Amino acid sequence: MEALATPLFRMEGISKRYGGVNALTDASLAVEAGHIHAILGENGAGKSTLIKIIAGVIAADSGRMMLDEREVTFASPAQASRAGIACVFQELSLIPDLTVADNIFIGDPPRRFGLIDRRAQRRMADAVLARAGAADIHPMAQVRDLPLSRRQLVEIAKALARNPRILILDEATSALTQGDVTKVFDVLKRLRKEGLALLYISHRMQEIAKLADICTVFRNGRNVATYEAGTKSDNEVVELMIGREYRHVFPPKPAPIPAERVPVLEVTGLSWSDRLRDISFSVQAGEVVGLGGLDGQGQRELLLALFGVLRGVTGELRIDGNKVAVAGPGDAKAPQIGMALIPEDRKTEGLMLPMSVRDNLSFAALQRISRAGMIDFAAERRLIAEMISLLAIRSSSNDEPVSALSGGNQQKVVIAKWLMVTPRIILLNDPTRGIDVGTKQELYGLLRRLAESGVAIVFYSTDYDELINCCNRVLVLFDGSVIRELEGDGITDRALVASALSIGANDAAKTGGAS
Amino acid sequence: MKDWRFLIREQRGTLIAMALFVVMFTIYVTNHPAGFTLNVVTTASNKGVLLAFVAMAQTLVVVTAGIDLSLGMIFVLTNCLASWLVAGSPLETAFGVVAVLAAGLACGMVNGLIVIYGRLQPIVTTIATGAIYFGIALLLRPVPGGEVNQDLADALTGKLFDRVPASLVALLAVVLLIWIPFRRSLTGRAAYATGSSEAAAYMSGVPIRRARFVAYSLAGLLAGIGGLFLTFFTYSGEASAANGNTYTLYSIAAVVLGGVSLFGGVGSAIGAIFGAFVFRTIGDLLFVFDLEPLWQPLFQGMVLLLAVCLGAFRLLQIRNRLDYFG
Amino acid sequence: METNDAQPAARPLIVLTRWFDPSVAIAFGCIVVLLLLGSLYSPSFLSPEYLLQQLKVASFLGVIATGMMLVILLGQIDLSVPWVVALGGMMSSAIAAWGPVGEALAIPFGIGCGIGIGLLNGIGVAYLRIPSMIITLAMNAVVQGLMVVHTGGFSPQDSASAAMRFLATGFIIPNVPNSVLVWAVIGGLTIFVLTRTTFGRAIYAIGNSERAAYLSGAPTQRVVMATFAISGGLSAFAGVLLAGYASKAAQAMGDPYLLPAIAAVVLGGTSILGGRGTYLGTVAGVILITLLQSILSVMQIAEAGRQIIYGVVIIAMMLLYGRERSASNR
Repeated sequence: MEALATPLFRMEGISKRYGGVNALTDASLAVEAGHIHAILGENGAGKSTLIKIIAGVIAADSGRMMLDEREVTFASPAQASRAGIACVFQELSLIPDLTVADNIFIGDPPRRFGLIDRRAQRRMADAVLARAGAADIHPMAQVRDLPLSRRQLVEIAKALARNPRILILDEATSALTQGDVTKVFDVLKRLRKEGLALLYISHRMQEIAKLADICTVFRNGRNVATYEAGTKSDNEVVELMIGREYRHVFPPKPAPIPAERVPVLEVTGLSWSDRLRDISFSVQAGEVVGLGGLDGQGQRELLLALFGVLRGVTGELRIDGNKVAVAGPGDAKAPQIGMALIPEDRKTEGLMLPMSVRDNLSFAALQRISRAGMIDFAAERRLIAEMISLLAIRSSSNDEPVSALSGGNQQKVVIAKWLMVTPRIILLNDPTRGIDVGTKQELYGLLRRLAESGVAIVFYSTDYDELINCCNRVLVLFDGSVIRELEGDGITDRALVASALSIGANDAAKTGGAS
Repeated sequence: MKDWRFLIREQRGTLIAMALFVVMFTIYVTNHPAGFTLNVVTTASNKGVLLAFVAMAQTLVVVTAGIDLSLGMIFVLTNCLASWLVAGSPLETAFGVVAVLAAGLACGMVNGLIVIYGRLQPIVTTIATGAIYFGIALLLRPVPGGEVNQDLADALTGKLFDRVPASLVALLAVVLLIWIPFRRSLTGRAAYATGSSEAAAYMSGVPIRRARFVAYSLAGLLAGIGGLFLTFFTYSGEASAANGNTYTLYSIAAVVLGGVSLFGGVGSAIGAIFGAFVFRTIGDLLFVFDLEPLWQPLFQGMVLLLAVCLGAFRLLQIRNRLDYFG
Repeated sequence: METNDAQPAARPLIVLTRWFDPSVAIAFGCIVVLLLLGSLYSPSFLSPEYLLQQLKVASFLGVIATGMMLVILLGQIDLSVPWVVALGGMMSSAIAAWGPVGEALAIPFGIGCGIGIGLLNGIGVAYLRIPSMIITLAMNAVVQGLMVVHTGGFSPQDSASAAMRFLATGFIIPNVPNSVLVWAVIGGLTIFVLTRTTFGRAIYAIGNSERAAYLSGAPTQRVVMATFAISGGLSAFAGVLLAGYASKAAQAMGDPYLLPAIAAVVLGGTSILGGRGTYLGTVAGVILITLLQSILSVMQIAEAGRQIIYGVVIIAMMLLYGRERSASNR
C-alpha cells in the first residue's frame, strides 16, 4: 500500500449536530485514488451523515474538506457532482416515472440546440448500462416497472455516467441478488484499476473482506480505527464497531419441533398472479420457519398474501386446522387468526413517522384497549410501558415523534406494536435490514423467546446467517415456488446457496430482468 | 421489447385521449344537421381551444405534482385586461397583446414565487391568489364591456386560407413554441422528475425550484393566452367569478381525461389538449341531442364525475392492495 | 436502559404543548391584535355585544370548518362544500313546506342529504381511490346541477321551518345565540372524537401514512368514507342554520364559505398534508377569519378590494407561520 501518496480527498475535524444529538464529532477521513475504502460502523455511528456531507446533501457544522489539496464546500448534490463526486445512495434516487436512460442522464443529458437529444441519450445509456454490468436492462423501460435489484444497478450506472473521480456506494448491494453482487464487484474492481477512489459502506462483512483495500471504523460519530483490509479478524472488527466485548450474536439453535400436532398455520396450493406458484407448507406452534432463496423470488409476496394484502390469491389457508379467509390486515390480526406482519419498509409501512412513540405503539392494538371505540388511556399506558421494557426501546419520551428514534429503535417499535396484539403467528419481512449489530442481537433473542412461548414464526431474511441460526426449517423459494426445504443441521450456508441457485444460471438471470 | 412499445407505453394516456376524441367527434359531426363542414369544425375548435389553453396551463403545474386553482381567475383577469388594451392601431394592439401575455406570465410567477420560495401548499395558495386576481379583474371591469381590435379577433377566430380554423393553428403554434421546447429542455425534465419523486429529484441534483417556478410561470402565460382568445371571441371583458371557477374546474377535468396523473410526473400537454376537446365535445353532443338547457349543468357534472371515476378501472388491475397508497 | 415513562409532573406540560403548539398561539395572538386594531377604529369592537355577534357569525363557518378540518387531517380536501351547504339549506326548506311532518323532518333531512353526498365523496376517495380534490370538485358540480334542476334556476321560494330559525337565531341561554351553542356542542364532540377514540386516532394515522395504518389492520377505507360523510353532514347542517338565519335558502349561498373554511383550518395550524393539527387551532382560525371579514366590511371596502385584501392577508398569514416543511428539508 502506497501510504505516502497524497490523498485525493481529505476531510478533517468534521462535526455535525442534529437537534441535541452529535451525529459526527471531529471526524476525519482520507481517500486515495485507485483504492476501495470501506467504512464500517453500527447504525447511528455517523456513516450516513459522513456520506451526505461528502455528497453535498447536508452541510457540516464545522471542519473542512480538501479535494486535490484545495479546500472545497458543496452547497448541493449538484455541486459535489460537478467536483467529481458521485454517490449511490441507500435510499434510491431514481425517478420512477422517467425512463432508465432519462434517469441515468438526469443531471447532464446530451443536448442538441439546447434541447435534450433522446436518441443520443439512448445510445449513451446502453454503453453506461453495459459498463455497470447491467446490459440486460432496456434504457427505455420506465424505472417504475423495474424490480428493486435492477433499480439498484441503474443507480450505479447513473453514478458512473457522471464520470466521477470518487464513487460512494452506501449499502449499494443490499437489494441485489448474489449474481448481481458478483457482477457489481467486478465492475468496482475495474473502476479501481481505472484509478477511481471508491468509498464503500456495507453491513456485510464478507463483502468488505472480498473487496476493500482500506477500512475505517466509525463509532459514535468518530473514526476510531483505520487499517489495511485483512489485518484484523471479524471479531476484532466487530469489537471496534460496538466498543464492547463481542459475544456470539445468535442465541443457541432451537430444538427440533415434533410434527404430529395440528399446525397453527397451514398453507395448501397458494398461488397468486405469476409470482407465487402452488406453495404449500405448515408452521407448528413454537417453530421458526425461514424463507430463503435469492431476493425477489416471491418471499415478500408470500408474506403479503398470507396477511390478506394481495388480491386474487388462490389456495387454502388453515389456522389450527380450520379453513379461514383473510381479506386484509384487519382480518389477519383478529384474535381467531392472530397474525402479525413486520413489514419490509419500517419508514413507510411500519410506522407513522411524525406521530409519537406512544401513538405508534398502541395503534395496532387499539381495539384491545378501547371500549365502544373509546380508548382506555390507563390500559394504554400500562401496555406501552410493558412493551418498552420488554424490548428495551430507547426514547427520551413517549410523546417524542418516532422519527427521532434510531433505526434499530424504530424497528423495535414496529415489532412491539405487533406484540401488543399478542399474535400467535408472526410474519417477518427482512426485519434486520439496515439495523446495527446490537439491535440485531436483541431481536434474535426476542425471536427465540417468542417461539419458546408458542408463537409460530415465518421469517424472511436476505442474510443467510440469520436463516441458519434462527430457523427450525427453511423453505427455499425460486421464481415463486418452494424448490427445497432444509431442516435442522441441514440448514447450512452451502445448502442455502446451492439450492437457491440450483435451477441454473440462465433462469436466474431471467427472473430479475425487465421482462 | 421493441423501442416503440416502450414509447407507446410512455404515451398511453395521450393516445387514449386522442382516440376518445376521434370517436366522440365522429358521433358529433354525423349527428350534426350541417354534417362535417369547415364551419362546424371552426366553431368546435374555437370553443375547444379556450379550454385547451387553460388545460395546457394546468398540465404544466400538475406534472410537477402541484395544482393551480387560480388559472381560471388568471384567464378572467387577462380577458378583462385585454378588453382595455388590445384595441386601436396595429401598434397599440401589438403592445396590448404583449402586455396581456406579460400580465398572465406575471400572475403565474407570483404563484410560483409564493408556492416555491414561501413554501406554501399550492391548493390554498392558488385559491388565495385566485381571489386576488379576481379582485383585480373586478376593479378593471366592474361591469362587462370593453372592446377589442376586430380585425385581429376575426383573423384569429376565422379560417386560415379558407382551409383550416385559425384558432387551431394558433394552438399548434403555442404547442410548438412553448410546450415542445419545455418538454425537451432540462427544466422540463426536471419538472417531471420533481413531480414523480421530489426526494429522488433532489438527490439527483435536479433544479427543482427552477423547474417548478418555470412551470407555474408558463402556466400563467398559457392561461393569459386563453384569456386573450376569450376576448377575441366575445369582443369584450367580463369579471365573472363563475366563468373563472368553471374554467379551473374544467381544466382539471381535461387534464384527467388527457391522461395526466394528478400525482405528478406523468402525462403530456398534448393529452390535455385532447382531453379539453373531449370535454367540449360532450357539451356539443348535448346540443345536437336537444337536451333541455336546465339539465345541462347536471349532465356536465355527471360526465365530469363519470370521467374521474373512469380512472378507478385501473383498480381492477391492482393485485397488491399496497399499490392503492401510491 | 433509560427511563421511558415521562415523569408524572412533566406529563400535563407535554399534553399542554401538544395542544397549544406555536401556530395555535400565534393565531390567538392575531385575534387579539385584530381586536385591538379594530378598537382603534371603533371602540365598540371590544363590547360583549359585538363579540357575541361575531361568535354567532363565526359559528356557521365553525361548523363547516370542523368537517373540513377532519378531512384535511386525513390529508384530503373537501371542495364540495359550497353546494352541499346550499343543498342542506334548500332541501330542509323544501321539506319544511310539507306540513307538520315536513317541519319535523326538515333539519334531519337536510343534514341527511349532506351525509349522502359526503358518503359518495368518501366512497370515491376510499374505495375508487380518486383524488379527493377531483371527486369533490366533480360532486360539487353535480350537486349544483341538481339544485339548478330543483329550483328551475330561480332563487328558491320555500322558507325555513320554525325549528331551523330557532336553532340559528333563538336563545336557550340568554344572550348566547343558539348557533354558538350548536358550534360549541359540535366542537366538544370533535375534540372528544379526535383525542379519545380509536376513530380519531385512525384519522391522524391515515393522515400520516395510510399505508402504515392499513398494514396495522385499521379499517382505513371505512374511516375515510365516514370522515367525508361527517364533513358532508356538517356542511349541510351549516346550510340548514344559514337558511334558518336568513329565513330561506339561496342560490350560491355556500360559495363564500369554501375558501374561509380551508383558510381557517390552515391558519389554525393544521397541516394541509394531513396528520397534524388540533381543534383548538381551528377554532382560533375560524374566529380570526370572521373578525377579518367583519373589519373589512365595517371599513366599507368594495367587493373587489375585499377579495384582494382577503387573498393577501391569507397568504401573508400563511407565510408567517403556516409553512410546510418540504420533502427536501426533512
